[in-house]
Amino acid sequence: MGPERTEGGAGRLALFLCLSGLVLAFAVAAATAIGDYNIALRTVFLSVTNELGLTGAEIAPIEQSVVWNLRLSRALVAALAGAGLAICGAILQALLRNALAEPFVLGVSAGASTGAVCVIVLGIGAGGLSLSLGAFAGAFAAFALVALLSNGATSGPNHTTLAGLAASQLFNALTSYIVTTSGNAQQARDVMFWLLGSFGGVRWPDFQLLLLVVVFCLAVCIWMARSLDAFTFGDEDAASLGVPVGRIRLVLFGVTALLTATIVSMVGAIGFVGLVVPHAARYVVGPLHLRLLPACAVVGAVFMVIADIVSRVIATQQTVPIGVVTALVGVPFFAIILYRARPQT
Amino acid sequence: MSVIAQNLSWGVRRRTIVSDVSLTVAPGQTLGLIGPNGSGKSSLLRLLAGLRRPASGQVEIHGRNIAQIPRKALSREVAFVQQSAATDTNVTVADVVRLGRTPHRSALAGWSEADEAAVTEALDRVGMTSRRRQAWQTLSGGERQRVHIARALAQAPQVMFLDEPTNHLDIHHQIEILRMVRDLDLTSIIALHDLNLAAMYCDRIVVLQGGSVCACGTPEEVLTPDLLRDVFRVSAHIDASADAGRPHIRFTTE
Repeated sequence: MGPERTEGGAGRLALFLCLSGLVLAFAVAAATAIGDYNIALRTVFLSVTNELGLTGAEIAPIEQSVVWNLRLSRALVAALAGAGLAICGAILQALLRNALAEPFVLGVSAGASTGAVCVIVLGIGAGGLSLSLGAFAGAFAAFALVALLSNGATSGPNHTTLAGLAASQLFNALTSYIVTTSGNAQQARDVMFWLLGSFGGVRWPDFQLLLLVVVFCLAVCIWMARSLDAFTFGDEDAASLGVPVGRIRLVLFGVTALLTATIVSMVGAIGFVGLVVPHAARYVVGPLHLRLLPACAVVGAVFMVIADIVSRVIATQQTVPIGVVTALVGVPFFAIILYRARPQT
Repeated sequence: MSVIAQNLSWGVRRRTIVSDVSLTVAPGQTLGLIGPNGSGKSSLLRLLAGLRRPASGQVEIHGRNIAQIPRKALSREVAFVQQSAATDTNVTVADVVRLGRTPHRSALAGWSEADEAAVTEALDRVGMTSRRRQAWQTLSGGERQRVHIARALAQAPQVMFLDEPTNHLDIHHQIEILRMVRDLDLTSIIALHDLNLAAMYCDRIVVLQGGSVCACGTPEEVLTPDLLRDVFRVSAHIDASADAGRPHIRFTTE
Protein backbone atom coordinates (compact mmCIF):
# COMPACT_ATOMS: atom_id res chain seq x y z
CA MET A 1 0.00 0.00 0.00
CA GLY A 2 3.09 2.21 0.38
CA PRO A 3 3.07 4.30 -2.79
CA GLU A 4 -0.65 5.05 -2.70
CA ARG A 5 -0.21 6.22 0.86
CA THR A 6 2.62 8.52 -0.11
CA GLU A 7 0.38 9.99 -2.78
CA GLY A 8 -1.92 11.08 0.03
CA GLY A 9 -4.60 8.48 -0.71
CA ALA A 10 -5.22 5.77 1.85
CA GLY A 11 -4.23 7.79 4.91
CA ARG A 12 -6.41 10.70 3.93
CA LEU A 13 -9.31 8.36 3.21
CA ALA A 14 -9.00 6.64 6.59
CA LEU A 15 -8.98 9.99 8.37
CA PHE A 16 -11.94 11.15 6.31
CA LEU A 17 -13.94 7.98 7.01
CA CYS A 18 -13.20 8.18 10.76
CA LEU A 19 -14.26 11.81 10.95
CA SER A 20 -17.38 11.19 8.87
CA GLY A 21 -18.23 8.18 11.03
CA LEU A 22 -18.06 10.37 14.13
CA VAL A 23 -20.18 13.04 12.47
CA LEU A 24 -22.66 10.37 11.42
CA ALA A 25 -22.93 9.02 14.98
CA PHE A 26 -23.50 12.52 16.26
CA ALA A 27 -26.08 13.26 13.55
CA VAL A 28 -28.00 10.08 14.35
CA ALA A 29 -27.96 10.99 18.05
CA ALA A 30 -29.21 14.48 17.21
CA ALA A 31 -31.91 13.07 14.92
CA THR A 32 -33.06 10.87 17.77
CA ALA A 33 -33.11 13.72 20.28
CA ILE A 34 -34.73 16.40 18.13
CA GLY A 35 -38.39 16.40 17.21
CA ASP A 36 -41.80 17.77 18.16
CA TYR A 37 -40.86 16.66 21.61
CA ASN A 38 -37.17 17.10 22.39
CA ILE A 39 -35.40 14.47 24.44
CA ALA A 40 -32.11 15.07 26.27
CA LEU A 41 -29.08 13.42 24.64
CA ARG A 42 -28.33 11.64 27.97
CA THR A 43 -31.79 10.11 27.92
CA VAL A 44 -31.34 9.10 24.28
CA PHE A 45 -28.07 7.40 25.12
CA LEU A 46 -29.47 5.57 28.13
CA SER A 47 -32.59 4.49 26.22
CA VAL A 48 -30.42 2.88 23.58
CA THR A 49 -28.15 1.17 26.09
CA ASN A 50 -31.24 0.02 28.03
CA GLU A 51 -32.70 -1.55 24.90
CA LEU A 52 -29.39 -3.21 24.14
CA GLY A 53 -29.42 -4.62 27.69
CA LEU A 54 -26.25 -2.79 28.72
CA THR A 55 -27.84 -0.57 31.36
CA GLY A 56 -30.98 -0.55 33.45
CA ALA A 57 -31.49 3.17 33.92
CA GLU A 58 -34.84 4.58 35.03
CA ILE A 59 -36.38 6.31 32.02
CA ALA A 60 -39.97 7.20 31.30
CA PRO A 61 -41.31 4.35 29.13
CA ILE A 62 -42.81 6.81 26.66
CA GLU A 63 -39.43 8.44 26.06
CA GLN A 64 -37.71 5.12 25.75
CA SER A 65 -40.30 4.00 23.24
CA VAL A 66 -40.08 7.19 21.19
CA VAL A 67 -36.31 6.95 21.06
CA TRP A 68 -36.08 3.28 20.22
CA ASN A 69 -39.21 2.50 18.23
CA LEU A 70 -39.71 5.73 16.33
CA ARG A 71 -36.70 7.95 16.04
CA LEU A 72 -33.67 5.68 16.08
CA SER A 73 -35.03 3.31 13.45
CA ARG A 74 -36.02 6.30 11.36
CA ALA A 75 -32.60 7.93 11.64
CA LEU A 76 -30.81 4.70 10.75
CA VAL A 77 -33.06 4.07 7.74
CA ALA A 78 -32.38 7.65 6.63
CA ALA A 79 -28.63 7.02 6.94
CA LEU A 80 -28.85 3.80 4.92
CA ALA A 81 -31.04 5.38 2.26
CA GLY A 82 -28.62 8.28 1.90
CA ALA A 83 -25.67 5.91 1.67
CA GLY A 84 -27.43 3.72 -0.90
CA LEU A 85 -28.53 6.58 -3.15
CA ALA A 86 -25.07 8.15 -3.08
CA ILE A 87 -23.42 4.83 -4.04
CA CYS A 88 -25.88 4.36 -6.90
CA GLY A 89 -25.19 7.88 -8.13
CA ALA A 90 -21.42 7.36 -8.12
CA ILE A 91 -21.69 4.10 -10.04
CA LEU A 92 -24.09 5.40 -12.66
CA GLN A 93 -21.98 8.51 -13.18
CA ALA A 94 -19.01 6.24 -13.92
CA LEU A 95 -20.84 3.70 -16.11
CA LEU A 96 -22.83 6.25 -18.09
CA ARG A 97 -19.85 8.64 -18.19
CA ASN A 98 -22.25 11.43 -17.38
CA ALA A 99 -21.80 13.87 -14.51
CA LEU A 100 -25.56 14.39 -14.44
CA ALA A 101 -26.40 10.73 -13.88
CA GLU A 102 -28.29 9.94 -10.67
CA PRO A 103 -30.07 6.87 -9.29
CA PHE A 104 -33.32 7.61 -11.09
CA VAL A 105 -31.82 8.10 -14.54
CA LEU A 106 -32.70 4.54 -15.56
CA GLY A 107 -36.40 5.07 -14.91
CA VAL A 108 -36.45 3.25 -11.59
CA SER A 109 -38.29 5.99 -9.67
CA ALA A 110 -40.82 6.49 -12.45
CA GLY A 111 -41.53 2.76 -12.44
CA ALA A 112 -41.79 2.73 -8.67
CA SER A 113 -44.32 5.56 -8.70
CA THR A 114 -46.42 3.76 -11.29
CA GLY A 115 -46.38 0.68 -9.09
CA ALA A 116 -47.29 2.75 -6.04
CA VAL A 117 -50.10 4.50 -7.90
CA CYS A 118 -51.49 1.15 -8.97
CA VAL A 119 -51.75 0.28 -5.28
CA ILE A 120 -52.99 3.66 -3.96
CA VAL A 121 -55.44 4.49 -6.74
CA LEU A 122 -56.41 1.23 -8.37
CA GLY A 123 -56.39 -0.56 -5.03
CA ILE A 124 -54.41 -3.54 -6.21
CA GLY A 125 -53.59 -5.17 -2.86
CA ALA A 126 -53.94 -3.11 0.32
CA GLY A 127 -51.87 -1.89 3.25
CA GLY A 128 -48.34 -0.62 3.73
CA LEU A 129 -46.50 -3.73 2.66
CA SER A 130 -48.24 -4.00 -0.67
CA LEU A 131 -47.52 -0.33 -1.40
CA SER A 132 -43.84 -1.11 -1.05
CA LEU A 133 -44.21 -4.29 -3.06
CA GLY A 134 -46.09 -2.43 -5.79
CA ALA A 135 -43.39 0.21 -5.95
CA PHE A 136 -40.67 -2.41 -6.01
CA ALA A 137 -42.38 -4.33 -8.82
CA GLY A 138 -42.86 -1.11 -10.81
CA ALA A 139 -39.23 -0.15 -10.32
CA PHE A 140 -38.02 -3.47 -11.59
CA ALA A 141 -40.43 -3.41 -14.51
CA ALA A 142 -38.86 -0.10 -15.54
CA PHE A 143 -35.36 -1.48 -15.18
CA ALA A 144 -36.30 -4.57 -17.20
CA LEU A 145 -37.59 -2.31 -19.97
CA VAL A 146 -34.34 -0.31 -19.95
CA ALA A 147 -32.29 -3.50 -20.00
CA LEU A 148 -34.33 -4.72 -22.96
CA LEU A 149 -34.07 -1.45 -24.89
CA SER A 150 -30.35 -1.15 -24.30
CA ASN A 151 -29.51 -4.71 -25.26
CA GLY A 152 -29.02 -6.02 -21.73
CA ALA A 153 -27.51 -2.69 -20.66
CA THR A 154 -24.48 -3.57 -22.78
CA SER A 155 -24.87 -0.87 -25.42
CA GLY A 156 -22.97 2.35 -25.02
CA PRO A 157 -23.59 4.90 -22.25
CA ASN A 158 -25.64 7.27 -24.39
CA HIS A 159 -27.85 4.48 -25.66
CA THR A 160 -28.51 3.30 -22.11
CA THR A 161 -29.23 6.85 -20.92
CA LEU A 162 -31.74 7.31 -23.75
CA ALA A 163 -33.38 3.98 -22.91
CA GLY A 164 -33.70 5.19 -19.30
CA LEU A 165 -35.22 8.43 -20.52
CA ALA A 166 -37.76 6.54 -22.62
CA ALA A 167 -38.69 4.32 -19.69
CA SER A 168 -39.04 7.34 -17.36
CA GLN A 169 -41.32 9.12 -19.80
CA LEU A 170 -43.44 6.04 -20.34
CA PHE A 171 -43.93 5.30 -16.66
CA ASN A 172 -44.51 8.94 -15.74
CA ALA A 173 -47.18 9.10 -18.41
CA LEU A 174 -48.76 5.91 -17.07
CA THR A 175 -48.76 7.39 -13.56
CA SER A 176 -50.40 10.61 -14.74
CA TYR A 177 -52.90 8.66 -16.79
CA ILE A 178 -53.96 6.51 -13.86
CA VAL A 179 -54.16 9.44 -11.44
CA THR A 180 -56.16 11.70 -13.78
CA THR A 181 -58.59 9.08 -15.01
CA SER A 182 -59.32 7.19 -11.84
CA GLY A 183 -57.98 9.11 -8.85
CA ASN A 184 -59.58 11.78 -6.69
CA ALA A 185 -57.92 14.89 -5.27
CA GLN A 186 -56.98 13.22 -1.99
CA GLN A 187 -55.40 10.25 -3.76
CA ALA A 188 -53.47 12.57 -6.04
CA ARG A 189 -52.15 14.36 -2.94
CA ASP A 190 -51.20 11.05 -1.34
CA VAL A 191 -49.29 10.03 -4.45
CA MET A 192 -47.56 13.38 -4.69
CA PHE A 193 -46.52 13.28 -1.04
CA TRP A 194 -45.30 9.71 -1.33
CA LEU A 195 -43.25 10.57 -4.39
CA LEU A 196 -41.42 13.39 -2.64
CA GLY A 197 -40.33 10.96 0.00
CA SER A 198 -40.87 10.53 3.72
CA PHE A 199 -39.24 8.63 6.51
CA GLY A 200 -42.47 8.69 8.54
CA GLY A 201 -43.60 5.18 9.33
CA VAL A 202 -40.32 3.33 8.84
CA ARG A 203 -39.62 0.79 11.59
CA TRP A 204 -36.99 -1.78 12.53
CA PRO A 205 -37.98 -4.41 9.94
CA ASP A 206 -37.40 -1.76 7.24
CA PHE A 207 -33.98 -1.07 8.72
CA GLN A 208 -33.03 -4.74 8.74
CA LEU A 209 -34.07 -5.25 5.13
CA LEU A 210 -32.35 -2.09 3.95
CA LEU A 211 -29.18 -2.87 5.91
CA LEU A 212 -28.99 -6.24 4.19
CA VAL A 213 -29.48 -4.75 0.73
CA VAL A 214 -27.08 -1.83 1.24
CA VAL A 215 -24.30 -4.00 2.67
CA PHE A 216 -24.70 -6.54 -0.11
CA CYS A 217 -24.71 -3.93 -2.86
CA LEU A 218 -21.80 -1.98 -1.38
CA ALA A 219 -19.78 -5.18 -1.17
CA VAL A 220 -20.45 -6.03 -4.83
CA CYS A 221 -19.61 -2.51 -5.92
CA ILE A 222 -16.35 -2.41 -3.95
CA TRP A 223 -15.44 -5.76 -5.44
CA MET A 224 -15.86 -4.19 -8.89
CA ALA A 225 -14.42 -0.79 -7.96
CA ARG A 226 -11.20 -1.29 -9.88
CA SER A 227 -13.08 -2.30 -13.00
CA LEU A 228 -15.15 0.87 -12.65
CA ASP A 229 -11.97 2.95 -12.69
CA ALA A 230 -11.08 1.33 -16.01
CA PHE A 231 -14.19 2.96 -17.54
CA THR A 232 -12.51 6.39 -17.17
CA PHE A 233 -11.74 6.53 -20.90
CA GLY A 234 -14.78 4.64 -22.11
CA ASP A 235 -16.00 1.11 -22.73
CA GLU A 236 -13.48 0.08 -25.36
CA ASP A 237 -10.62 1.32 -23.26
CA ALA A 238 -11.93 -0.68 -20.30
CA ALA A 239 -12.10 -3.76 -22.53
CA SER A 240 -8.49 -3.27 -23.60
CA LEU A 241 -7.54 -3.23 -19.90
CA GLY A 242 -9.04 -6.68 -19.52
CA VAL A 243 -12.37 -5.68 -17.98
CA PRO A 244 -15.36 -7.83 -19.03
CA VAL A 245 -17.34 -4.72 -19.97
CA GLY A 246 -20.72 -6.28 -20.71
CA ARG A 247 -20.81 -8.35 -17.54
CA ILE A 248 -19.67 -5.51 -15.29
CA ARG A 249 -22.24 -3.13 -16.74
CA LEU A 250 -25.09 -5.59 -16.38
CA VAL A 251 -24.20 -6.58 -12.81
CA LEU A 252 -23.68 -3.00 -11.66
CA PHE A 253 -26.85 -1.73 -13.35
CA GLY A 254 -28.71 -4.59 -11.68
CA VAL A 255 -27.21 -3.77 -8.29
CA THR A 256 -28.08 -0.08 -8.55
CA ALA A 257 -31.60 -0.97 -9.68
CA LEU A 258 -32.05 -3.31 -6.70
CA LEU A 259 -30.75 -0.72 -4.27
CA THR A 260 -32.74 2.17 -5.73
CA ALA A 261 -35.94 0.12 -6.01
CA THR A 262 -35.64 -0.97 -2.37
CA ILE A 263 -35.08 2.58 -1.15
CA VAL A 264 -37.79 4.11 -3.32
CA SER A 265 -40.35 1.50 -2.32
CA MET A 266 -39.59 2.19 1.35
CA VAL A 267 -39.25 5.97 1.55
CA GLY A 268 -40.17 7.38 -1.86
CA ALA A 269 -38.07 8.96 -4.58
CA ILE A 270 -35.71 11.26 -2.70
CA GLY A 271 -33.85 13.34 -5.24
CA PHE A 272 -30.60 15.24 -5.25
CA VAL A 273 -28.61 13.04 -2.82
CA GLY A 274 -27.55 10.61 -5.51
CA LEU A 275 -26.54 13.42 -7.85
CA VAL A 276 -24.65 15.68 -5.51
CA VAL A 277 -22.98 13.50 -2.89
CA PRO A 278 -20.72 11.67 -5.39
CA HIS A 279 -19.45 15.00 -6.69
CA ALA A 280 -18.80 16.25 -3.17
CA ALA A 281 -17.06 13.00 -2.20
CA ARG A 282 -14.97 12.99 -5.38
CA TYR A 283 -13.86 16.48 -4.51
CA VAL A 284 -12.48 15.23 -1.18
CA VAL A 285 -11.14 11.71 -1.85
CA GLY A 286 -10.54 11.80 -5.61
CA PRO A 287 -12.03 9.77 -8.46
CA LEU A 288 -10.79 6.24 -7.68
CA HIS A 289 -13.79 4.10 -6.78
CA LEU A 290 -12.17 1.99 -4.10
CA ARG A 291 -12.01 5.21 -2.06
CA LEU A 292 -14.95 7.01 -3.58
CA LEU A 293 -17.63 4.42 -2.81
CA PRO A 294 -17.04 4.20 0.98
CA ALA A 295 -16.76 7.99 1.10
CA CYS A 296 -20.07 8.33 -0.78
CA ALA A 297 -21.69 5.95 1.66
CA VAL A 298 -20.78 7.95 4.78
CA VAL A 299 -21.31 11.39 3.24
CA GLY A 300 -24.68 10.32 1.83
CA ALA A 301 -25.68 8.93 5.22
CA VAL A 302 -24.73 12.10 7.09
CA PHE A 303 -26.41 14.30 4.51
CA MET A 304 -29.69 12.37 4.63
CA VAL A 305 -29.85 12.24 8.44
CA ILE A 306 -29.31 16.00 8.62
CA ALA A 307 -31.88 16.59 5.88
CA ASP A 308 -34.37 14.49 7.85
CA ILE A 309 -33.77 16.57 10.99
CA VAL A 310 -34.29 19.76 9.00
CA SER A 311 -37.47 18.38 7.42
CA ARG A 312 -38.94 17.85 10.88
CA VAL A 313 -38.03 21.19 12.43
CA ILE A 314 -38.22 23.61 9.50
CA ALA A 315 -41.99 24.01 9.73
CA THR A 316 -43.78 23.66 13.06
CA GLN A 317 -46.42 20.99 13.40
CA GLN A 318 -45.78 19.50 10.01
CA THR A 319 -43.18 17.55 8.13
CA VAL A 320 -41.81 18.96 4.89
CA PRO A 321 -41.19 16.21 2.30
CA ILE A 322 -37.59 15.07 2.56
CA GLY A 323 -37.01 15.51 -1.18
CA VAL A 324 -37.72 19.22 -0.81
CA VAL A 325 -35.21 19.51 2.02
CA THR A 326 -32.42 17.57 0.28
CA ALA A 327 -32.61 20.08 -2.55
CA LEU A 328 -32.85 23.10 -0.25
CA VAL A 329 -29.95 21.98 1.94
CA GLY A 330 -27.94 20.48 -0.88
CA VAL A 331 -27.91 23.25 -3.45
CA PRO A 332 -25.89 25.73 -1.35
CA PHE A 333 -23.25 23.08 -0.58
CA PHE A 334 -23.16 22.08 -4.20
CA ALA A 335 -22.82 25.68 -5.28
CA ILE A 336 -19.74 26.06 -3.09
CA ILE A 337 -18.14 22.93 -4.57
CA LEU A 338 -18.96 23.98 -8.13
CA TYR A 339 -17.48 27.39 -7.47
CA ARG A 340 -14.28 26.05 -5.93
CA ALA A 341 -13.83 23.33 -8.56
CA ARG A 342 -14.44 25.62 -11.54
CA PRO A 343 -11.88 25.27 -14.33
CA GLN A 344 -8.95 27.63 -13.80
CA THR A 345 -8.81 29.46 -17.09
CA MET B 1 5.85 -11.99 -29.92
CA SER B 2 4.59 -12.72 -33.38
CA VAL B 3 1.11 -11.78 -34.52
CA ILE B 4 -0.47 -13.89 -37.23
CA ALA B 5 -3.90 -13.19 -38.69
CA GLN B 6 -5.58 -15.74 -40.91
CA ASN B 7 -8.48 -14.92 -43.21
CA LEU B 8 -10.05 -12.34 -40.91
CA SER B 9 -13.48 -11.08 -41.92
CA TRP B 10 -15.83 -8.79 -40.07
CA GLY B 11 -18.77 -6.58 -40.90
CA VAL B 12 -21.74 -4.69 -39.59
CA ARG B 13 -25.05 -6.16 -40.72
CA ARG B 14 -24.55 -6.92 -44.40
CA ARG B 15 -21.73 -4.48 -45.00
CA THR B 16 -18.33 -6.16 -44.99
CA ILE B 17 -15.67 -3.93 -43.45
CA VAL B 18 -12.74 -6.32 -43.15
CA SER B 19 -12.57 -8.98 -45.80
CA ASP B 20 -10.32 -12.02 -45.74
CA VAL B 21 -7.24 -10.35 -44.27
CA SER B 22 -4.16 -12.42 -43.53
CA LEU B 23 -0.93 -10.95 -42.26
CA THR B 24 2.14 -11.82 -40.23
CA VAL B 25 4.16 -9.60 -37.93
CA ALA B 26 7.47 -10.93 -36.67
CA PRO B 27 8.49 -10.41 -33.03
CA GLY B 28 9.85 -6.92 -32.38
CA GLN B 29 8.71 -5.53 -35.71
CA THR B 30 6.81 -2.29 -36.22
CA LEU B 31 4.01 -2.77 -38.74
CA GLY B 32 2.29 0.22 -40.32
CA LEU B 33 -1.32 -0.12 -41.40
CA ILE B 34 -2.16 2.43 -44.07
CA GLY B 35 -5.09 3.00 -46.36
CA PRO B 36 -7.66 5.62 -47.31
CA ASN B 37 -10.48 6.65 -44.95
CA GLY B 38 -12.95 3.83 -44.51
CA SER B 39 -10.53 1.16 -45.71
CA GLY B 40 -10.95 -0.78 -42.44
CA LYS B 41 -7.73 0.14 -40.60
CA SER B 42 -9.33 0.78 -37.24
CA SER B 43 -11.60 -2.24 -37.48
CA LEU B 44 -8.73 -4.53 -38.44
CA LEU B 45 -6.68 -3.18 -35.54
CA ARG B 46 -9.51 -4.00 -33.12
CA LEU B 47 -9.89 -7.49 -34.53
CA LEU B 48 -6.14 -8.08 -34.13
CA ALA B 49 -6.23 -6.79 -30.54
CA GLY B 50 -9.17 -9.04 -29.68
CA LEU B 51 -11.51 -6.12 -28.96
CA ARG B 52 -13.88 -7.38 -31.64
CA ARG B 53 -14.74 -10.92 -32.52
CA PRO B 54 -14.17 -11.71 -36.20
CA ALA B 55 -17.04 -13.21 -38.19
CA SER B 56 -14.51 -15.67 -39.54
CA GLY B 57 -10.79 -16.30 -39.36
CA GLN B 58 -8.54 -16.11 -36.35
CA VAL B 59 -5.67 -14.22 -34.78
CA GLU B 60 -2.71 -15.93 -33.18
CA ILE B 61 -0.39 -14.10 -30.85
CA HIS B 62 2.73 -16.04 -29.97
CA GLY B 63 1.13 -19.15 -31.41
CA ARG B 64 -2.06 -19.00 -29.35
CA ASN B 65 -5.52 -18.24 -30.73
CA ILE B 66 -6.58 -15.06 -28.90
CA ALA B 67 -10.24 -16.07 -28.96
CA GLN B 68 -9.31 -18.75 -26.45
CA ILE B 69 -7.36 -16.49 -24.09
CA PRO B 70 -9.41 -14.93 -21.26
CA ARG B 71 -9.88 -11.15 -21.60
CA LYS B 72 -7.78 -10.32 -18.55
CA ALA B 73 -4.90 -12.64 -19.45
CA LEU B 74 -4.87 -11.22 -22.98
CA SER B 75 -4.59 -7.69 -21.56
CA ARG B 76 -1.38 -8.65 -19.83
CA GLU B 77 0.18 -9.32 -23.24
CA VAL B 78 -1.60 -6.94 -25.56
CA ALA B 79 -2.14 -3.20 -25.11
CA PHE B 80 -4.30 -0.93 -27.22
CA VAL B 81 -3.93 2.84 -27.57
CA GLN B 82 -7.02 4.56 -28.93
CA GLN B 83 -6.86 7.75 -30.91
CA SER B 84 -7.35 10.70 -28.56
CA ALA B 85 -9.33 8.98 -25.80
CA ALA B 86 -10.81 11.60 -23.49
CA THR B 87 -12.40 11.81 -20.08
CA ASP B 88 -14.25 14.37 -17.96
CA THR B 89 -13.04 12.79 -14.75
CA ASN B 90 -10.57 14.80 -12.75
CA VAL B 91 -7.65 12.34 -12.75
CA THR B 92 -3.90 12.86 -12.49
CA VAL B 93 -1.26 11.58 -14.89
CA ALA B 94 -0.26 8.93 -12.35
CA ASP B 95 -3.90 7.82 -11.95
CA VAL B 96 -4.15 7.25 -15.69
CA VAL B 97 -0.90 5.30 -15.93
CA ARG B 98 -1.90 3.20 -12.91
CA LEU B 99 -4.98 2.07 -14.84
CA GLY B 100 -2.54 0.11 -16.97
CA ARG B 101 -1.92 -2.18 -14.01
CA THR B 102 -5.61 -3.21 -13.97
CA PRO B 103 -5.08 -6.58 -15.70
CA HIS B 104 -2.26 -7.43 -13.28
CA ARG B 105 -4.24 -6.80 -10.08
CA SER B 106 -6.97 -8.79 -8.39
CA ALA B 107 -10.11 -7.02 -7.17
CA LEU B 108 -8.88 -5.94 -3.75
CA ALA B 109 -5.12 -6.47 -3.97
CA GLY B 110 -2.95 -3.65 -2.69
CA TRP B 111 -0.54 -1.66 -4.79
CA SER B 112 2.62 -3.78 -5.12
CA GLU B 113 6.26 -2.86 -5.67
CA ALA B 114 6.03 -4.38 -9.14
CA ASP B 115 3.04 -2.16 -9.95
CA GLU B 116 4.88 0.94 -8.80
CA ALA B 117 8.01 -0.04 -10.71
CA ALA B 118 6.01 -0.57 -13.92
CA VAL B 119 4.31 2.82 -13.57
CA THR B 120 7.56 4.64 -12.79
CA GLU B 121 9.32 3.02 -15.72
CA ALA B 122 6.47 3.73 -18.11
CA LEU B 123 6.36 7.40 -17.11
CA ASP B 124 10.12 7.61 -17.49
CA ARG B 125 9.96 5.99 -20.91
CA VAL B 126 7.63 8.69 -22.28
CA GLY B 127 9.39 11.49 -20.42
CA MET B 128 6.48 12.38 -18.16
CA THR B 129 8.01 11.53 -14.78
CA SER B 130 8.01 15.11 -13.59
CA ARG B 131 4.33 15.46 -14.47
CA ARG B 132 2.99 12.49 -12.50
CA ARG B 133 0.87 14.62 -10.19
CA GLN B 134 -0.41 16.94 -12.87
CA ALA B 135 -4.12 16.93 -13.70
CA TRP B 136 -4.98 15.15 -16.96
CA GLN B 137 -7.23 18.01 -18.04
CA THR B 138 -4.30 20.44 -18.07
CA LEU B 139 -2.17 18.39 -20.52
CA SER B 140 -1.72 19.25 -24.18
CA GLY B 141 -2.72 16.82 -26.93
CA GLY B 142 0.80 15.46 -27.37
CA GLU B 143 1.25 14.99 -23.62
CA ARG B 144 -2.07 13.16 -23.36
CA GLN B 145 -1.04 10.79 -26.11
CA ARG B 146 2.26 10.14 -24.35
CA VAL B 147 0.41 9.38 -21.12
CA HIS B 148 -1.85 6.96 -22.98
CA ILE B 149 1.23 5.21 -24.32
CA ALA B 150 2.71 5.16 -20.81
CA ARG B 151 -0.47 3.53 -19.58
CA ALA B 152 -0.22 0.91 -22.32
CA LEU B 153 3.43 0.32 -21.34
CA ALA B 154 2.42 -0.12 -17.69
CA GLN B 155 0.40 -3.10 -18.87
CA ALA B 156 3.81 -4.65 -19.62
CA PRO B 157 2.58 -5.91 -23.00
CA GLN B 158 4.49 -7.87 -25.62
CA VAL B 159 2.38 -6.43 -28.39
CA MET B 160 1.07 -2.89 -28.70
CA PHE B 161 -1.65 -1.67 -31.06
CA LEU B 162 -1.96 2.04 -31.78
CA ASP B 163 -4.86 3.58 -33.67
CA GLU B 164 -3.62 6.74 -35.39
CA PRO B 165 -1.63 7.84 -32.35
CA THR B 166 -0.34 10.97 -34.08
CA ASN B 167 -3.71 12.47 -35.00
CA HIS B 168 -4.05 16.15 -34.13
CA LEU B 169 -0.39 16.41 -33.11
CA ASP B 170 2.12 18.83 -34.56
CA ILE B 171 4.95 17.38 -36.62
CA HIS B 172 7.48 17.45 -33.78
CA HIS B 173 5.19 15.42 -31.53
CA GLN B 174 4.22 13.06 -34.37
CA ILE B 175 7.85 12.20 -34.95
CA GLU B 176 8.61 12.01 -31.26
CA ILE B 177 5.80 9.53 -30.62
CA LEU B 178 6.59 7.30 -33.58
CA ARG B 179 10.30 7.26 -32.75
CA MET B 180 9.44 6.30 -29.20
CA VAL B 181 7.19 3.46 -30.34
CA ARG B 182 9.75 2.18 -32.84
CA ASP B 183 12.45 2.10 -30.19
CA LEU B 184 10.29 0.12 -27.75
CA ASP B 185 11.35 -3.45 -27.35
CA LEU B 186 8.04 -4.91 -28.43
CA THR B 187 5.95 -5.82 -31.44
CA SER B 188 3.80 -2.89 -32.50
CA ILE B 189 1.10 -2.42 -35.08
CA ILE B 190 0.18 1.18 -35.92
CA ALA B 191 -2.63 2.54 -38.05
CA LEU B 192 -1.29 5.70 -39.72
CA HIS B 193 -2.40 8.33 -42.18
CA ASP B 194 0.89 10.03 -42.94
CA LEU B 195 2.63 7.96 -45.61
CA ASN B 196 6.04 9.55 -45.13
CA LEU B 197 5.97 8.89 -41.41
CA ALA B 198 4.90 5.33 -42.11
CA ALA B 199 7.87 5.00 -44.46
CA MET B 200 10.25 6.44 -41.89
CA TYR B 201 9.23 4.51 -38.81
CA CYS B 202 7.70 1.20 -39.87
CA ASP B 203 9.68 -1.94 -40.70
CA ARG B 204 6.86 -3.21 -42.85
CA ILE B 205 3.69 -1.73 -44.26
CA VAL B 206 0.31 -3.26 -45.02
CA VAL B 207 -1.93 -1.30 -47.37
CA LEU B 208 -5.66 -1.76 -46.98
CA GLN B 209 -8.24 -0.94 -49.59
CA GLY B 210 -11.92 -1.66 -49.20
CA GLY B 211 -11.24 -3.97 -46.27
CA SER B 212 -8.70 -6.18 -48.06
CA VAL B 213 -4.92 -6.21 -48.11
CA CYS B 214 -3.75 -4.84 -51.45
CA ALA B 215 -0.03 -4.64 -50.72
CA CYS B 216 2.33 -5.79 -48.04
CA GLY B 217 6.07 -5.50 -47.59
CA THR B 218 8.87 -3.12 -46.71
CA PRO B 219 8.24 0.60 -47.31
CA GLU B 220 10.45 0.51 -50.43
CA GLU B 221 8.50 -2.42 -51.87
CA VAL B 222 5.07 -1.06 -51.10
CA LEU B 223 5.21 2.68 -51.63
CA THR B 224 5.31 3.01 -55.39
CA PRO B 225 3.77 5.70 -57.62
CA ASP B 226 1.40 3.11 -59.08
CA LEU B 227 0.09 2.03 -55.69
CA LEU B 228 -0.35 5.62 -54.53
CA ARG B 229 -2.33 6.39 -57.65
CA ASP B 230 -4.50 3.27 -57.44
CA VAL B 231 -5.19 3.27 -53.73
CA PHE B 232 -4.91 6.88 -52.60
CA ARG B 233 -5.73 8.53 -55.93
CA VAL B 234 -2.75 10.88 -55.82
CA SER B 235 0.23 11.23 -58.12
CA ALA B 236 3.63 11.31 -56.51
CA HIS B 237 7.35 10.94 -57.01
CA ILE B 238 9.20 8.57 -54.76
CA ASP B 239 12.75 9.55 -53.84
CA ALA B 240 15.15 7.51 -51.79
CA SER B 241 15.72 9.74 -48.81
CA ALA B 242 19.09 10.22 -47.21
CA ASP B 243 17.57 8.68 -44.09
CA ALA B 244 18.69 5.03 -44.36
CA GLY B 245 17.32 4.73 -47.87
CA ARG B 246 13.71 5.01 -46.77
CA PRO B 247 11.40 6.14 -49.57
CA HIS B 248 10.34 9.75 -49.46
CA ILE B 249 7.05 10.65 -51.10
CA ARG B 250 6.69 13.96 -52.89
CA PHE B 251 3.15 14.65 -53.99
CA THR B 252 2.83 16.37 -57.35
CA THR B 253 0.13 18.37 -59.03
CA GLU B 254 -0.94 16.73 -62.26
